[in-house]
Amino acid sequence: MVEWLSDNRAGFAAVIVLLLVAMFIWSIVLGRKQAVLTAKDEVFGDPQRTRGGWYWALSGVATLMLIWFYFSWGIGRAYFPTAANEMCQVAKLEEVVSPIKAALPIGSRYYKSTLLVARNSDQLDTVEAELPTGAFTSPEQAKLKALTSNVRSLIVNSSNPKNLSREATKKLDQIVFQLNALSMELRGGFEGFSPTAKALAQPKWGTTHVEIPILPITARGMLFDGVATKAREVATLFRKIRNHPPANVTIIADVKARIAKFKKVNASGKFDKKTDADRVAYVKAVERIFRRLDDGTIFPANSLDGVNGAIAGLDAARDHARGSLGTIEAIFFPGIGVVKSRTQCTEQGSARWLPKPMDVIATFFKLANPDIEGGGGYKGVPLLWWKWLPVADLVDFFTPDWIADLWPGEYTRHGTDGTISPNFKDRLLNFARGDLYLGSIPALDGHLWDSVFRVLVAMGLGIFLGVPLGLFMGVSRFFKSFFDPLIELYRPVPPLAWAPLILTIFGITDDGKVFLLFMVAFAIMVISARTGASGTQLSKIRASHSLGASDRQIMWNVILPNALPEILTGVRIAIGVCWGTLVAAEILAGTTGIGFIENIARTVSDYELIWVTILIMGMLGLLFDLIMRWVIDKTIPWRGKG
Amino acid sequence: MADLVCEDLNMAFTNPQTGAVVEALKNINFTLQKGELLSVLGPSGCGKTTLLNLIAGFLNPTSGTASLGGRVIDGPGLERGMVFQQGALFEWLPVSKNVDFGLRMKSTDPAHSRQLVEKWLDIVGLQGFGDTPTYQLSGGMQQRVALARCLVNDPDLILMDEPLGALDALTREKMQSLVLELWKETGKTIIIITHSVEEALLLGERLFVMAPRPGRIHKEYNLPFAERGLSETLREVKQDKEFNEVREEILTMIWDMEEEIMGRG
Repeated sequence: MVEWLSDNRAGFAAVIVLLLVAMFIWSIVLGRKQAVLTAKDEVFGDPQRTRGGWYWALSGVATLMLIWFYFSWGIGRAYFPTAANEMCQVAKLEEVVSPIKAALPIGSRYYKSTLLVARNSDQLDTVEAELPTGAFTSPEQAKLKALTSNVRSLIVNSSNPKNLSREATKKLDQIVFQLNALSMELRGGFEGFSPTAKALAQPKWGTTHVEIPILPITARGMLFDGVATKAREVATLFRKIRNHPPANVTIIADVKARIAKFKKVNASGKFDKKTDADRVAYVKAVERIFRRLDDGTIFPANSLDGVNGAIAGLDAARDHARGSLGTIEAIFFPGIGVVKSRTQCTEQGSARWLPKPMDVIATFFKLANPDIEGGGGYKGVPLLWWKWLPVADLVDFFTPDWIADLWPGEYTRHGTDGTISPNFKDRLLNFARGDLYLGSIPALDGHLWDSVFRVLVAMGLGIFLGVPLGLFMGVSRFFKSFFDPLIELYRPVPPLAWAPLILTIFGITDDGKVFLLFMVAFAIMVISARTGASGTQLSKIRASHSLGASDRQIMWNVILPNALPEILTGVRIAIGVCWGTLVAAEILAGTTGIGFIENIARTVSDYELIWVTILIMGMLGLLFDLIMRWVIDKTIPWRGKG
Repeated sequence: MADLVCEDLNMAFTNPQTGAVVEALKNINFTLQKGELLSVLGPSGCGKTTLLNLIAGFLNPTSGTASLGGRVIDGPGLERGMVFQQGALFEWLPVSKNVDFGLRMKSTDPAHSRQLVEKWLDIVGLQGFGDTPTYQLSGGMQQRVALARCLVNDPDLILMDEPLGALDALTREKMQSLVLELWKETGKTIIIITHSVEEALLLGERLFVMAPRPGRIHKEYNLPFAERGLSETLREVKQDKEFNEVREEILTMIWDMEEEIMGRG
C-alpha cells in the first residue's frame, strides 16, 4: 500500500496541483466578489479592512504551494514523468561532446589554440623583458635570447596551415564526417527504438536515492543514448589528435639540449646564493613555457573550422530531435536542467536544493514510521514513539549513589571460600544504581520527544528557579543589586556562544543541552518576573498592608498574581528562544534530536530530510506558541484590564 | 476611646540629589472624636495625602506622633481602613474574594467570612456580584467594592484618598450619599480627602482647609451640611444659601493660595 502510494507520487502530485490551481482561481474570484461588496463601507486606512479575508489566505497558501511545486520541478514531474529521463539522455550526449566544444569557439568563444598562442606569447614577452642581467654573463644572455626566440618559433610553426601534417588533416576530416553522421542519425528520428526491459524495471524518478533513472525508458531517450555512446569514440579521437610540424621536431630537441646545459651550469655550485636563485628561477620559467608548447596542441585556426561547424550541426540536430522536450524543459523545469556527471544524472538549479512536496511527504512518512527494522526512524531511533522504560532507570536518575555510602557499616568483601553474600548496604547501593528489576512503565521515545523533553526540562527548571528569584529582585534592594550583575553578565552573551564551552564540559549527553537551555530560560524568567513584580501598583501594595496582610502573604497573594501576565509572556518568549537554541545545540553535539537529524542530513546533502526537519521544527514552534497563547488567554483574562 | 490625636506632626522630605528639604507638613495638631466625619481640602502640594499616609502608617513622621485610641501609629493596620482613588482592587480575584481579602489574611472562618461579605455587598448595593471579575465592573461599582473591602474588617477609622475623584458627576453624587449613609449607619470615624470644595462641604462635619509651603491647617470649619445630607437630598443641600456662601469663601481662600504659589514660583 505504502509502496504503491510512493510509486505513484507523480500521479498524486498531478491531482494536487490541479486542486491547488482550482483553489487559487476560486478564492480569487470569491475575494474579488467580497471586495466589491465591502468597498463602499470602508475607507482606505480603516483597520476594519484587514479583518477576515480567509479566501485571500487560501489563495496565499495555494500560491505558495504552487511556487514550491513549480520550482522543485514537482509540476514537471507530475505531468511529464519521463521528461527527466529523456533530459538525462540528452545530457549524456552533452557530457561526451563537452571536451570537444571546450576547444572550439562554439563552446568557449575562442579556439583553445588561440588562447594558448595568446597566453604563451605574453609570457615569452615577459620572460624576455625580465632577463636578470646581473646573474648571467653577456654570452649567456645572448644564448638565452636565442633560446626564447626558438621557443617562440614553435608557436609560429604550429600556427601555419602549411605545416599541418597530412595525418592530422585526415583525422580532422574523419571527425567531421563522424559528427555529421551522428547529426544525420539524430535527424533520422526514433521510430523503431524501444527501451530495454532492464531500463523499464528501474525505480521511478525520485522514489529512491538515485534521483533520475539513468537508462533510457523512451524511444527518444534510446536514440540519444545510442548517439552519445558513438560520440564518445569521436571525442576520444579528437582528444588524441596532435599537430607536430616537422620543423618543430628539431627545434624541440635543440631547446631541450640548451636548457639541460644551463641547468648543468647552474648546478655547478660556483654562484652565490642570490645569483644562483635568479638563474634557476629564470631557466625554470623558460622551461615551463616550453613544456606547454612541445605537445602539439596548437593548431592553425582554420584547420578546426570544419569540426566547429560539425558540432554546430550536431547541436541543431540535437534540438531537432529533442522536439517538444525542449519546450517542456523551458517551461516546466526552471534552472539549469539535468546534468550527467560520471555515473548519475542530477537535477540542477532550484530543484537541486528544493525537494518536491511529494518527496518531502514521503520522507516524512519514512521518518515517522516507528518500525526501525522496516527502515523507519533515523539512525535506529524513531521520530516519535513509545518504549518500555525500566523503573530502575528512573530510580538511578533520582537517587544519588552516595546515599548508600551514608548507611552505617561496610560493603561486603568476598569470603574466604570465594563467595559473596551481599548485606543491606550492598543492596542499597544496587538500588541507588538502578541495578535491579522494578518493572517497566511506558514512556515516550524518539528524536522529536528528545528535543521537546530537553526544552520542557530546561523550561521547568528555569521557571522553578527563575520566577522566585525574579520576584525577590523586584521587591528587594539586596536581591536586585546582588544578582543583577550575575545575570546581566551572562545574559547578553548569545546562547550559541556558550554552546561550545558548555557542550565540551558536559559532553554530548542531555545534561549539557538542558543546562544551556536552562541558562536561556532562567535569564528570561528572572527578568520577566522581576519586571512583573516591580510593576505592581503602590496602591495595591498599600491596600494589602492596610488589610493586614503579612509580607509573605503580599508576595504570594498580590505580587505573584500581579506579575503573572509578565511571567507567562516570559514563558512564551523563553520557549521560543529555547527551541531555537536547542536545534543549534543538537547540531553541535548529540546523537538524537531533530537538530541532530538535520545536521546528519546536511553532511550527506539529503535535501528532502533537511526540509522535513525544518518543517517539523516550524510546526512545533508554532504549536508551542499556540499552546502558550491559549494558556495566557485562559489563566490571565484580566491582562491589560487592571 | 478611639480618638485620633495628632500632636506636633512634622514631615520633611529631603531630595537625595540636591539635599533640598521640603516641609510637607508642619506642626499639625488636631483631635478627631470617634464618629466624626472630617474632610480635608486644599490646593495641590499642601500635604493632604501626606497627612493621610502618616495616619495610615505608610510613612513615619519626622517628628511628633499620631495615635489612635491611645496607641501610637507606627505602621499600617487593620483598625485603619483605606480607600484609594482608583479602587486598587486585585483584578485577578472576583468581587467576593476582593472583599474578604483582609479576612482571609487573618484566616477567619470561611463560613463567617461569607456571611460578612454578603452583608457588606448588600449594604454597598452589589448583591449578586460576588463572582463577577472586578475588571468587568464600572468605576462606581469598583469603588463600592473598595468600600466593602475596607468596611468588612470593621476598622475604627476609615481613610479615603480622593475616593470619588475619578467618577462621573452622577455616579459621584450617588456615592456621596452612600458615604453619608455608611457614616450614619456604622458610626465610624472617617477622614476624606478631596479636591472638590462642594464634596468637602457636603461630606465634612468638620472641614480642614490646608495651605502649602509648609503644609499646615489654614482654617477649620464645623459644618451642618453632612447632618442635613442624611435627611435631605444632596441637591437640596447644595442650593442652600449658607452652603453657597461658605463655598465661595473657601474657593476665594484656595484661589488666593494658588495665586500666592504662582507669584512666588
